[in-house]
Amino acid sequence: MIEPSTPTPEPMTHAHAFWRGTLAMFGVPALVLYAGILGYGAFAREAGLTLGQALALPVFLQALPAQVVLADHAARGASLAAAALAVTLTAVRFLPMTVVLMPWLKGHRGPRWHELLAVHFVAVTVWIEGLRRLPKVPPEVRLVSYLGMGSGILAGTLAATALGYLAAGTLPQWMAAALLFTMPLTFLLAMVETARARSDQLAIVAGIVLAPPAYLWFPGFDLLVTGLVGGTLAWALGRRRRG
Amino acid sequence: MSSLPGVWGTWGGYLPFFIAGFLACEPWRWGGALIGRDLDPNGEVFIWVRAVSSAIVAGLVTRLVVFPTGALAAISAPTRYAAAAIGIAAFFAFRKNLGAGVVAGTLALIAGHFTIG
Repeated sequence: MIEPSTPTPEPMTHAHAFWRGTLAMFGVPALVLYAGILGYGAFAREAGLTLGQALALPVFLQALPAQVVLADHAARGASLAAAALAVTLTAVRFLPMTVVLMPWLKGHRGPRWHELLAVHFVAVTVWIEGLRRLPKVPPEVRLVSYLGMGSGILAGTLAATALGYLAAGTLPQWMAAALLFTMPLTFLLAMVETARARSDQLAIVAGIVLAPPAYLWFPGFDLLVTGLVGGTLAWALGRRRRG
Repeated sequence: MSSLPGVWGTWGGYLPFFIAGFLACEPWRWGGALIGRDLDPNGEVFIWVRAVSSAIVAGLVTRLVVFPTGALAAISAPTRYAAAAIGIAAFFAFRKNLGAGVVAGTLALIAGHFTIG
């Protein structure tokens, strides 16, 4: 595990740390995410969500794939339990991610619940940027810096969501289609990019192969079936490979 | 006004999303914050969970391309499949560059739409 290192960075005020974090979320990695979020906005409109609901999802979830899973279940009238189960299965990965991030959020002098506020912003883009940037920030303002990053990504996300949502209604159909197409493509490629373990790579292939028959045979539960069957198969095969 | 089916159009249109969204996601983050260092992120349980989560998202991506709704449904299936394949190929050709894959795939979709339909 990575532990916070000791070289002492220059002192920084809380406000300075916050704004530096916020501005970092308008650089290249975050901009790629916003392009995918334009697609989410367009998708939310197609799915029948109001603009308010489309904006509420990123506030509640702060996780793009989970947002699309949830909007998709709502559009198809799935039960609350099926939707919650599918969302929670895509969100379990936040636990180990948060565990890895925590050593970098502990140096502050505020109450413990501030940490629970900060970890709301554990999602892949902010998490990677956090692990990259926090070591260069003085320990006592790291939590504030991370909250700044979270606020920056939330602002960018809400703007991109609204833009995608509103644009989808005015663009010619082929442009709206292109916008909708960027999102699944971004998800798939981002996932392939981060899939290091054999089981993760197998799970992606299994998900692609199983999704169409699952959709035809288990409408409403197709993602759960795809995930549980494909993921377990991939895990078992990867485990055999590990010996 | 929400026009969503079932439970999703009720309770003001926000509470169902709060329950199946925030309450389904956030406990994992809190759990991570509370157990902090005492947990092995490389244990078998997490490898399994990561695989299930990857398969769910891969399945979702596939369904959005194979059974599209709305504007994307106006693009023919061969164009959608070819554009996805070109995007994936460009991603690998440019040494796993996300931007290259997304731009190439999207341009291929537009080009395919105006040529093969």
